[in-house]
Amino acid sequence: MSKKIIINTAVCKGCGYCVAACPKKALSMSADFNPAGYHFTVVDEKACIGCGTCYTVCPDYVYSVVEE
Amino acid sequence: MTIIKKIPDKLGQHALCAGCGHGIVIRLIQEVLQELGQADNQIAVVGVGCICTATSALKVDRFQAAHGRACATAEGIKRVRPNVVVYTYQGDGDAYTIGIAESLNAAYRNENITMISINNTNFGMTGGQMSWTTLPGQKTETSVNGRDCELTGLPFHFPEMVANSQGFHVAYAARGTVNDVKSINQTKRMIRNAFEAQLNGEGFSVVEVLTACPTNWHMTPQQCQERISTSVESEYPVGEFKKRG
Ligand SMILES: Cc1ncc(C[n+]2csc(CCOP(=O)(O)OP(=O)(O)O)c2C)c(N)n1
Ligand code: SF4
Repeated sequence: MSKKIIINTAVCKGCGYCVAACPKKALSMSADFNPAGYHFTVVDEKACIGCGTCYTVCPDYVYSVVEE
Repeated sequence: MTIIKKIPDKLGQHALCAGCGHGIVIRLIQEVLQELGQADNQIAVVGVGCICTATSALKVDRFQAAHGRACATAEGIKRVRPNVVVYTYQGDGDAYTIGIAESLNAAYRNENITMISINNTNFGMTGGQMSWTTLPGQKTETSVNGRDCELTGLPFHFPEMVANSQGFHVAYAARGTVNDVKSINQTKRMIRNAFEAQLNGEGFSVVEVLTACPTNWHMTPQQCQERISTSVESEYPVGEFKKRG
């Protein structure tokens, strides 16, 4: 069983709180834009441990955590 | 695949600015009410301010109060629906500068409602004018040379006021921030205490939350976090000023 995050990139506004808070430095900002015109986050799945820090600091409800 | 963490059922999306702290507080309220089994037993009374761009996130019974009058409206609702969890969600301009009479009357009478006030040290929605909570020297649209406290008064501390003034006997008064995981979890515990106080019939509870307003502070979200943990928190200490009995 491993934990991973799901990113709803469409609602991300690129504030970057999660990128700064991630303890594993697994998040970065995409150079692309989402349909709303914002940069959005991408995850390095190998580095991510599914701790949910990004969920906690996100003001835009971008993240959920799943176990598989 | 099992979902182990997701946003509360009653939460929708909002149109707040990037990095705005309101969004985190709105989520915490719904997390707490869901955990307390009150998700379907709540009425939110919202003030006038940037929360109006986020009402789509509140998929709950809700009333848009007149500017500054949320506490009076919530009191009325609570009196006729005593078993429903009733709370206000107001900016500092709405709750203090404009609506102080209603806010103080509710606190003074120890009405059994919960007040969540969002202190971003300005009037966000209208473009960043000075509020009672604006810091000394802070530049805003209406204090272009920095707030002059000789002329406009000193920063206003509502939770301390209702916790410590003679004649007030509120159930719970606290201030938190949503600057990092630790402070977000601490603020969530404060919001839980506030709603538990109401559920136990203990009376008025207030949680003020210090939040970032990147748009009107003309700062990046990261610069806002820095400002909150230094100058904003040194004027507005985080903590519980009236603990539950
Ligand atoms: C009676 C009335 N007066 C003034 C306004 C203009 N107005 C709209 S929101 C607002 C203040 C918002 O500031 P705050 O309550 O701090 O909330 P924020 O937007 O910062 O979240 C004002 C003065 C209004 N809508 N109605
Ligand atoms: S103006 Fe400020 S308070 Fe209003 S939504 Fe934007 S960042 Fe938030």
